[in-house]
Amino acid sequence: MSDSPLSAARVPSAGFSLFHYASPQTFFPLAGKLLWPCWIAALLLTVAGLYTAFFVAPTDATQGDSYRIIFIHVPAAWMSMVIYMAMAFWCAVGLVFNTRLSFMMSSALAPTGALWAFIALWTGALWGKPTWGTYWVWDARLTSELILFFLYCGYMALQAAIDDPRRADRAGALIAIVGAINVPIIYFSVKWWNTLHQGSSVSMTQSPTMATTMLTGMLLMALAAWAYTIGVALVRVRAIMIERERHTDWVRQLSQAGSNGDMNA
Amino acid sequence: MNWESAGQFWAMGGYGFFVWSSYAVTAALVAAELVAVSRRMRRARALAARDLALERMDASKRGRA
Repeated sequence: MSDSPLSAARVPSAGFSLFHYASPQTFFPLAGKLLWPCWIAALLLTVAGLYTAFFVAPTDATQGDSYRIIFIHVPAAWMSMVIYMAMAFWCAVGLVFNTRLSFMMSSALAPTGALWAFIALWTGALWGKPTWGTYWVWDARLTSELILFFLYCGYMALQAAIDDPRRADRAGALIAIVGAINVPIIYFSVKWWNTLHQGSSVSMTQSPTMATTMLTGMLLMALAAWAYTIGVALVRVRAIMIERERHTDWVRQLSQAGSNGDMNA
Repeated sequence: MNWESAGQFWAMGGYGFFVWSSYAVTAALVAAELVAVSRRMRRARALAARDLALERMDASKRGRA
C-alpha cells in the first residue's frame, strides 16, 4: 500500500459514476435527505418493538420476566458486530481506492459501535446475575465481546492521538481490519468453546406462538437499532465532513447557504 | 396482556431491577449520543462559518490595502 501524497486528498473523484457519492460534496446532501426517514423508522420500530416486548410477548416459563432483557441485549450485540465489520469494510475500501469519504464513514461508525458493544455487555451482566448467578464470567463469548469494546475504544483513541487525519485514518484502519478477526470469534465462540453463554436463543422451542412473538419483538428492536445507527452515523459523518473539509469550496458554499438561512444545505 | 396492574409491570416478576437497569441505561446512552452528535454538528458548522468570516475579513483588508 503506497502512501499517496496529501494533495491527492483534495482531488474530487468526479467523473466516475460509480464513485459519484464517494465524494463528500455529493454525499453530504444525500446523507441529509436520509436523516428523517431514519429517525421516523427508528421511532416507529422502537415503539412497536417495546410494545411487543412488554405487552405481547409472554413471560418465559423458565426465566420469568428477566428474559425481557433479550430485546435490547441481542440487537445491541448484533449491531456491535455488524458495525465493526462495516468499519473494517470502509477502511479496506479507503486503503484500496484512497477515497477520503470511506475513512470518514469508518470514524463516524466507531462511537456508535462502542455504544452498542457497551450496551451488550451491560445488559448481558444484568441478565447474567438472575440467570447464572453472576454479573460476569471470563468465558469465550463475554471475553471476546469485551475485546470488541476495547477495539472500538482503541480505534477511537488512536485516531484522536494522531493529528494528521490521513495518518490517523491509516493507523485506525490497521486496528479495524486486523481486529475484524475478532468478530467471527465472537459469533462462533458459543460453538467452539464450552461457554456459560447459551447458544442461539432462549427457550424459543416452548410453543410456536411464544417463539413468534418473542422473535418478532427482537427483530423489531433490531431493525430499530439499525435505523438509529444509520441515522446517527449519517449525522456524525456529515459533521466529520465539515470538520475536515471546512477550507474547501464546497463547505464554504455550504456555510454561505447556511448564513442565508438554508440549514438543509 | 401480561400485567394486571402497573405495580406488577414495574416489578417484572421480581426482576424489575435487572430489566429496568438494562432499559434505562440503554435509553440514557442513546439520548446522550444524540445530544453529543448534534452538538458536534453544530460546532462543526460554527467552525466553518467562523473560518469563512475570517477569510472574508482578510480578503476585504487586503482589498483596501
